[in-house]
Amino acid sequence: MNEWIFDIWTIITASTVACTSAILGSFLVLRKKAMVGDAISHSVLPGIVLAYIVSESRASWVMLIGAAVFGVLTNIIIEFLNKKAKMNADASIGITFTWLFAIGVILLAYFTEGGIDLDQECVLFGEISMINLDKVLVDGNLYLGPYAFWFIFPVFIIVLAFVVFGFKGLKITSFNEDYAASLGIRNGFWNYALMSLVSLSTVMSFESVGAILVVGFLVIPPASAYLLTKRLIPMIVLGCVFGILSSIIGFYFAKSFNLSISGCIVCATGIIFLVNLIYSIIRDRSRKNISIAQ
Amino acid sequence: MSELIDFISFKDPGVLTILIGALAVSFASAIIGTFTYLRKKALVGDAVSHSVLPGICFAFILSGEKDPLLLILGAFLSGWISVFFIDFIVSRSKIKADSAISITLSLFFAFGAVLLSFIQNSDNANQSGINHFLFGKAAAITDADLKLFIGVLIIVGIITLLFFKKFTTICFNEDYAKSIGWNVKWIDFVMSSLTVLVIASGIQTVGVVLMAALLITPPGAAGFWTHSIRKLIFLGLIFATISTVLGTFVSYVRPNMPTGPWIIFFLSIIAILSVLFSPKGILRRLVLNRENKSKIRNENLLKTAYYLTYERELPDFSRSEIVSKRSYETLELEKGLKSLKNKGFLLENSGRFYLSESGKTEAKRIVRLHRLWELYLTNKMNFKSDHIHGIAETIEHIITPEIEAKLLAELDYPDKDPHDSVIP
Amino acid sequence: MENKSIDVHNITVSYSGAPVLWDVDFELPTGVLAGIIGPNGSGKTTLLKTIMNIVKPVSGNVKVFDSNIDKVRNRIAYVPQRESVDWQFPISVMEVVLMGRYSGKNLFKRTTKADKEIAREALESVRMLEFKDRQISELSGGQQQRVFIARALAQKADLYFMDEPFAGVDMATEKTILEILLKLKDEGKTVLLVHHDLRTVREFFDYTILLNTRLVAAGKTAEVLTEENLNSAYGARLTLLEEVGKEIKKKDFPLREKDFDDK
Repeated sequence: MNEWIFDIWTIITASTVACTSAILGSFLVLRKKAMVGDAISHSVLPGIVLAYIVSESRASWVMLIGAAVFGVLTNIIIEFLNKKAKMNADASIGITFTWLFAIGVILLAYFTEGGIDLDQECVLFGEISMINLDKVLVDGNLYLGPYAFWFIFPVFIIVLAFVVFGFKGLKITSFNEDYAASLGIRNGFWNYALMSLVSLSTVMSFESVGAILVVGFLVIPPASAYLLTKRLIPMIVLGCVFGILSSIIGFYFAKSFNLSISGCIVCATGIIFLVNLIYSIIRDRSRKNISIAQ
Repeated sequence: MSELIDFISFKDPGVLTILIGALAVSFASAIIGTFTYLRKKALVGDAVSHSVLPGICFAFILSGEKDPLLLILGAFLSGWISVFFIDFIVSRSKIKADSAISITLSLFFAFGAVLLSFIQNSDNANQSGINHFLFGKAAAITDADLKLFIGVLIIVGIITLLFFKKFTTICFNEDYAKSIGWNVKWIDFVMSSLTVLVIASGIQTVGVVLMAALLITPPGAAGFWTHSIRKLIFLGLIFATISTVLGTFVSYVRPNMPTGPWIIFFLSIIAILSVLFSPKGILRRLVLNRENKSKIRNENLLKTAYYLTYERELPDFSRSEIVSKRSYETLELEKGLKSLKNKGFLLENSGRFYLSESGKTEAKRIVRLHRLWELYLTNKMNFKSDHIHGIAETIEHIITPEIEAKLLAELDYPDKDPHDSVIP
Repeated sequence: MENKSIDVHNITVSYSGAPVLWDVDFELPTGVLAGIIGPNGSGKTTLLKTIMNIVKPVSGNVKVFDSNIDKVRNRIAYVPQRESVDWQFPISVMEVVLMGRYSGKNLFKRTTKADKEIAREALESVRMLEFKDRQISELSGGQQQRVFIARALAQKADLYFMDEPFAGVDMATEKTILEILLKLKDEGKTVLLVHHDLRTVREFFDYTILLNTRLVAAGKTAEVLTEENLNSAYGARLTLLEEVGKEIKKKDFPLREKDFDDK
């Protein structure tokens, strides 16, 4: 089979992760909860390890459930420390995810000691270049892409559907919680629904494309789009575009210099971010000058 | 058991190196972490520890060897750039701190991963061990590392002592520090530099992700026990010691077990225990609730006894007479009677109760507080007299003798309450 | 129509253990302009939020139009404090005003043409229609406040809660808001607003609720704004009350005993 087909599928998979993350990440950025995404992507590790031990395979529904449970658990512990134990928000996040991550690493060491083959580096930083090793083949020659893609694609559809149908709810609870409450809208529901989806998508992407890529996609493209746009929908769409663009640029750059693909893709999102940041600073300065001149 | 003795007696000299090295790193982190925790910048530490990776890789690529001093210099520089980058994003754009931290963290780390893949592709014989920076490997601490860790700890200790007052002030009252003309930016610069230095030197012991825990968790756990900054640091050091010793021990007994994650694991356990059992913890609050409940119940019972004794003028009274004045659940009534008898406030004589002398004094005190507070509500807070009874029912249980004295003085030692009842 | 819009019955509210409102109790008739007045930190915003059940009281209850607030949410409108939201949010003026047409029930439905028409009218009445497509960060403070007022107007409510609508606005906006308040009153609506300027209170408000962690007085403005009451609200602090509050927080004391019947 032609190698370029594999390349295309890698880019398609990365782009699907990028869009899923950009959609959810836009709301994390606007709700000032960007670090929660980061925390979840670390604290799902024990779930992934345990599920791997139970199911003995890398990409399975058991693993998904195991990790999603830890994702939601992370949220609950953070909220508990913050609200009930009155710890400040930063410290609650920091303590929670490092604790769960440490447990994950210990579990990993324990089971590796017992002779189970699970590469630490691979689990933590699962490289997207590996996805084509697990592929879906129909009739022995019709290639339908890697498993990883078919794992992430349904999540993308769920996230898309959630945001399309719940757009008003997400918008109003992100913008003005008190006002939403005065209308009888339940902020808690929207918060937990969003966080559960962040957990789900982080877990799905984490295992196949790696933690670096997930955290990078979740915040950097939406933040870049935030600098440029004045409306929510364009912000989300532009976030997706930036994510896809970075996937293409990063992939080919990495491929031509034989470097880490995930790393290069995130670096590409970073370059797009820097360009937007500098542009927005220059734009705001000239705008200020105009208003002073007036 | 023999393992424990071997461990304590440092039969294996390597253990001593690891233990002292890990202690030095966790001490330095706990000290500087207390200040970043109080400045609500705990997660900046997380971003910095991810951001040192490209610096380490650059230093390695340029020098082609693993000279610890050179690697730390690289780590320090890129850590510093990340702090600057976060500040730059927040101050120059509409992006908020949480996003800025997250962006910096993933971007620098990804760049590090790219450099790492570059190193792995090159055929430098020295490359093995560079991953220690990712996951940490305390077992690989060399004598040169040890000297460095102790050096960093001494630097952190001395500078913290010199700047102690300034650090404390900007943690608790930045506006005040500005108002007396201190250069807050400069103090912040010193504090951030120390943080970056500690992270840069400690990263190979516990790894990128868990480095943040060494900074955040000790003060986070200590925060449940005290508010004083000296005690926070002191407790943080104790917590760091306990968990470092335990973590090192576990990986001594089971050499395949990673030291760093076990240290963090024990540190987190201490934090969880603090959440549950400290004076500000959850269990303490539950105990307080219980105590409050029984205090309210006992005092209400005393008030009923007061009423029966002085206003109905009964020499003694039965359970049904108590319940006829105020309804109590049977179980609660029995608990209350028993506890009052134990305290010597209430005496029993074949099913009938009467107040002892101390009981009479105590009962009078509560009735007095109730009526005083009612008076306070009407006189000082403009409450209508039909609204005050309910509030006074609660407040009578709270007023301490000091507040009572002030209350009496403020109300000018009254003798009648708003309902014209005598204040005993 | 009911003749009582709000009935606040003995509400006590505490924030992380310490009481911020002590047993507040008052009624408000319909069709009046009422102000909540009091010094900083006296619990004005908390009172407003408690009436709407955004903040839950420790004890006591609130009735709006003689029923539970959740049953009459479609009849109330709210203007939160301007500083309480992030004005950098990527959203247009029109989108903000359209939120006034949201409710717990129609959240998953599309915005209708009628809703858009109502939002346009609301913007027109605060003279902001020409700005409808602007991003909200591109407005002045006064214009932002008018957008919030328009959003409340779009709710087509009978009872309006406004938190400091006059804070930091320009003269033109102040005039517009006053006009709107008086117009609402003419239409028989009730408005309850947190306010700090005593002069406008005397001039325009029928009812006043004077607050300082406890209710100092509530009733017709002229009767409430006596020198004695004002001294009591703004004068010497009740240090004993604060000390008792601290003690309650320290011991995590329940602010209300379980209900009992005292015979």
